[in-house]
Amino acid sequence: MDTVTLEGTEYNVLAKRPESLTDKPFTYCPGCNHGTTHKIIAEVIDELDIQHRCIGIASVGCSVFSYEFFDFDFISVPHGRALAVATGAKRMRPNAVLMTYQGDGDLAAIGTAETIHACNRGERVTCIFVNNAIYGMTGGQMAPTTLLGMKTTTSPLGRDATRIGWPIKMSEMLSPLPGAAYIARVSMHDAKHILKAKAAIKKAFRAQLEDKGFSMVEVLSNCNVNWHMTPEDAVKFVKEKMTENFPLGVYKDVWEEEKAAKQPKKEEG
Amino acid sequence: MPMIEILDDACKGCLLCIPACPHELIHNTKAKLNKRGLYPVEYVDPEGKCTGCRLCAIVCPDVAIRVYKEVKKKSA
Repeated sequence: MDTVTLEGTEYNVLAKRPESLTDKPFTYCPGCNHGTTHKIIAEVIDELDIQHRCIGIASVGCSVFSYEFFDFDFISVPHGRALAVATGAKRMRPNAVLMTYQGDGDLAAIGTAETIHACNRGERVTCIFVNNAIYGMTGGQMAPTTLLGMKTTTSPLGRDATRIGWPIKMSEMLSPLPGAAYIARVSMHDAKHILKAKAAIKKAFRAQLEDKGFSMVEVLSNCNVNWHMTPEDAVKFVKEKMTENFPLGVYKDVWEEEKAAKQPKKEEG
Repeated sequence: MPMIEILDDACKGCLLCIPACPHELIHNTKAKLNKRGLYPVEYVDPEGKCTGCRLCAIVCPDVAIRVYKEVKKKSA
């Protein structure tokens, strides 16, 4: 642990900026959970000591500038194609640790085909899917993950299921595929859930490092500016409405399945 | 005594740390502006109530909070 001397007293530093982040301050809106997500990813990368062989893939969306904030190699890719580029990078450099950082407009709308097939092929990449139920960067249009009844600039009367359909649930969709090793949905609404999210992201990176298969962590995030709320209300909305529509939990865990397969069946004995 | 340091120029004044602190030591005083033109929160702890639980630093989206805890000297 780092120590610092302030006014003649020696202190341990319990919390500071992780090594895997650059010194550049985040350009996200005040209260945006992108910053929290960046921080916990950087902490996990520091703890696993994989910064020197990490390659990140920045998608299109608010997260397009994430290459400015992470202190390792980054590729900026066309809209929705992050997992396709990650597949190529991983196959050319099998020792690299590949991370894609994608929003819901990127992964669940234009990139659905890439996502499903990368998962089905069992690519050894880790995908961080930040779901805030809206297109944040372009000004708050309706995304595939927008909740029913939610007002956006392209659904001013609220999302209507008979006309536009229901919010897409990526974690539930991907978990039955055999290529998936670890699929979890976590939330960012309080400190307890942020720590749970960190544990899930660590496990997702472990799935890649142990060559188990595709891993994805869906992070329920906020967008207080386009939801027209204060940051505190936006966090409350995530806690009450988002987690109700997108249940939290681990949808696929290859270690649990291996453990269950090893145990002898009790009924036959 | 554990204590925290708020980096004024990194803080964007989203106020998410205020409900996170169990001892209510972080306040939105609006006493000063930072170089972004935003009001950073202020840490007020005259009685030394901070326990170094790091909850404020965990919820801070801009990594603007550092948490320090005094090094315990081993008595010989």
